[in-house]
Amino acid sequence: MVRYQRWLQAGAFYFLVAITGSLLPGTYYVTLLNLIGLHIIIVLGLNLLMGYAGQISLGHAAFFGLGAYTSAILTTTYKVDPVLGLLAGLLLSGLVAVVVGIPALKLKGYYLAMATLGFGIIVAIAFQQMDWLTGGPSGFMGIPPFRLLGWSFKTPTTGFFFVWTVVGLILFLSLNIVDSRIGRALRAIHDSETAALAMGVDAQRLKLLIFVVSALYASLAGSLLAHTTNFIAPSSFGFMFSIKLVTMVVVGGMASIWGSLLGAAVLTILPELLAVFHDLEVVIFGLILMVVMIFLPRGLVRGLLDLWEFRQRKQQGR
Amino acid sequence: MDPPALLTLKDVGISFGGLQAVKQVSFQVQEGQIKALIGPNGAGKTTLFNLITGMLTPDQGEILFHRQAIQGLPPFQIAARGISRTFQIVQLFGHMTVVENVMVGRHIRTRAGLLAAALRLPWSRREEAAIRAQSLEWLAFVGLQARADDYAANLPLGHQRLLEIARALATDPKLLLLDEPAAGLDMTETERLKDLIFAIREKEISVLLVEHDMSLTMEVADEIVVLDHGELLAEGPPREIQRHPAVIAAYLGRDWEK
Amino acid sequence: MAPPCPAFFWTEQQCAGGPGSPLISGIPLEKLAELLQYLFSGLTNGAIYALIGIGFSIIFNATAIINFAQGEFVMLGALVAIALHSLGLSLPLAFGLAVSAVTLIGLVFERLAIRSAREATAISLIIITVGGGVLIKGLAMLIWGKDAYTLPPFSGQEPLVFAGATILPQSLWIMALTILLVVGLEAFLHFTILGKAMRAASFNPVAARLVGIRVSQMVQFSFALSAALGAAAGVLIAPITLGVYDMGTMLGLKGFCAAVIGGLGSIFGVVLGGLLLGVAEALASGLISSGYRDAVAFLILLLVLFFRPQGLIGRRPSRSS
Ligand SMILES: Nc1ncnc2c1ncn2[C@@H]1O[C@H](COP(=O)(O)OP(=O)(O)OP(=O)(O)O)[C@@H](O)[C@H]1O
Ligand SMILES: [Mg+2]
Repeated sequence: MVRYQRWLQAGAFYFLVAITGSLLPGTYYVTLLNLIGLHIIIVLGLNLLMGYAGQISLGHAAFFGLGAYTSAILTTTYKVDPVLGLLAGLLLSGLVAVVVGIPALKLKGYYLAMATLGFGIIVAIAFQQMDWLTGGPSGFMGIPPFRLLGWSFKTPTTGFFFVWTVVGLILFLSLNIVDSRIGRALRAIHDSETAALAMGVDAQRLKLLIFVVSALYASLAGSLLAHTTNFIAPSSFGFMFSIKLVTMVVVGGMASIWGSLLGAAVLTILPELLAVFHDLEVVIFGLILMVVMIFLPRGLVRGLLDLWEFRQRKQQGR
Repeated sequence: MDPPALLTLKDVGISFGGLQAVKQVSFQVQEGQIKALIGPNGAGKTTLFNLITGMLTPDQGEILFHRQAIQGLPPFQIAARGISRTFQIVQLFGHMTVVENVMVGRHIRTRAGLLAAALRLPWSRREEAAIRAQSLEWLAFVGLQARADDYAANLPLGHQRLLEIARALATDPKLLLLDEPAAGLDMTETERLKDLIFAIREKEISVLLVEHDMSLTMEVADEIVVLDHGELLAEGPPREIQRHPAVIAAYLGRDWEK
Repeated sequence: MAPPCPAFFWTEQQCAGGPGSPLISGIPLEKLAELLQYLFSGLTNGAIYALIGIGFSIIFNATAIINFAQGEFVMLGALVAIALHSLGLSLPLAFGLAVSAVTLIGLVFERLAIRSAREATAISLIIITVGGGVLIKGLAMLIWGKDAYTLPPFSGQEPLVFAGATILPQSLWIMALTILLVVGLEAFLHFTILGKAMRAASFNPVAARLVGIRVSQMVQFSFALSAALGAAAGVLIAPITLGVYDMGTMLGLKGFCAAVIGGLGSIFGVVLGGLLLGVAEALASGLISSGYRDAVAFLILLLVLFFRPQGLIGRRPSRSS
């Protein structure tokens, strides 16, 4: 049973994707679901870094942007095949992650947060300013869709199948990593780096490794964004988006892979729901962030479970 | 001819700011030996453990393991060479289960990397199964098999200390450093610890033991090193140490006054 | 028109020396004046960053929280002062009332957002303060809209000419008041009971509690103080940059850079960090490209974190084992 569990999960997942994909009502919902899928990919990586290895990053939007812009520029300006563009994006993001990660991951806690924040903002400014390459603040248009084995993923619905196939794959990889020798070592570093070191865990190398992995996830999502929406703008890759990603991780629950799905979904849908409030949208969003973090600091799932247990205990106490 | 020493310290010293915490300390641990390191609070015993395991780098001196210098190596490399330890203030992975804690100990003796793990390659799954089996054996060795699936943070202190020993043993060490393993244990637990230390020696693992419980120390140790204010005060078999005038004055005497 | 003869760097003779600029070790005079110009504008912004950065460092030292809403206090200071002034209040009165109002808001913020979240981890505290910032900014947009408002300078519009470079009287006001505030703050922290208690509570909360200092009160007070400093910075800069609902975010982040660059533990360090940052930015935007102005601050931030994580002045170790 346990042996086949992963395959059952995968089967159920793709069955759901297929059903949803064929029943989808209109472009709006497809586009929203695609966005959720992309956010899930990034959040899964960020949760490996934050929830498992215990290292914060306030700059992951930068890797999302690096993937998106590399894909956009190579495929549109230089007519490279989208798959090669995606791979180039991964290569670039991986390299940048190594260069930034080596000095940054020597820092701890708030200092690491500050360094990643600074890195993220610098990259975001570069997207704005290098307009000869990126199109500047007004964005980058006309990015071609994916083509694979003669298939072109032009419509949002085909994009949906493409994105969610990748989501399933990333989910599978992430669940495996968490369950492995590497995942265990990461959790050990999180609980006590001293003890992990004494047991022979090369903490520095592992932290860098998972930082790079999370950067690759984000870059992959960026490339998918470029090719499914055909338009990108620097405002999607700024400081606020990095914070939103961290919030998705925390709302879903640190060190919870399935929670990441929920966190990404909730925080992607929320602004859409709030759009009816027009100018009040931002205010309500800020308020919700604060209230959720104040009252459910361990995330929605665990937080609500805690509240429920608390209620139960109180009733039994009476 | 002396048998070749497993661990050799030569004039090892370190200072923190103005405080010379360890000063010109030299001694050896032989293969198969149980050696105790004693001394009053603040003598520098834990600091010496940190120096040997690479948590700190000595300012002076040399540390040889299997006749190779290891000072200045990062901790994980020293662990890989066969030195493992427990901590005076227990350092378990609290959010992980008891058996997972021990499984982390197998980390350096196994090799499934990120890719193999992510793809669940068959050999990495076999390795994972072996890690679990060996870890359960080590748990049985210290007597904790019944608690394998509890969270480490939920164990009582006595069990936590045993778990730290099991985790350290899982790294296949040649030398095990125990930092006050009896602290906080009751009498029966201490008695069992004594048997455990002998059982560890049976497995051809040398032990360097820091302990304030004198009766335990005198019983298990082949040799004792006494440290005071970071300096080596005396070295010899338990009987000699018990009678050593400087030791009585500097260490035991002070304890008796209390 | 001949350039005005600089007051004290050069003799008349050199100044009247001919049609070309006199050279001082190979640098033409215009170039020097230009550099001086950058220095002036850099110091002006730098003083503002320093004030905001001090706010960060006060809260960080009292609570180990980085308050990402700090920049919004700056914006509120500017916009409230502008509103009060437009109601006919005199500038000094508007300044004082705006700072008091924002101080009150800082206290409310601490009460509602920070104190209710005692159990929160560092990461959720970051999210809480960012959320608070978003909320405050959103409210400001509801009240003031997206327009930019002006505040008249404290005295005179005419730029003063100084060694070929110009400086606004408002810049002088900014520098003078910043010096006054910093000196006052240092004196407060070192010579008053309350200030000493605050420092004690941040050095060692447990010991402070033992000697009867109410640490929670000190935390509250640190929020009030940094909100006040932020608001003052906002009122000071408003005549130069205008007041807009979204002016706070970047200013806040810059102030935060200043605090880290100087070292979060020392007020003097933060001032140094702010001035350095301001001047580096001005030089970079003048000599390289104004588009990368904002990037300079974060580049310096990274360099400092990577090579001297305790900051230029700080002693606080960043790594512990
Ligand atoms: N990282 C450090 N920084 C500064 N001083 C330290 C550090 N580690 C230890 N010391 C100091 O070095 C001295 C020796 O400490 P150590 O912990 O080695 O003593 P010990 O012999 O293990 O004592 P105990 O029996 O209480 O465990 C003490 O004075 C301690 O304060
Ligand atoms: Mg000790």
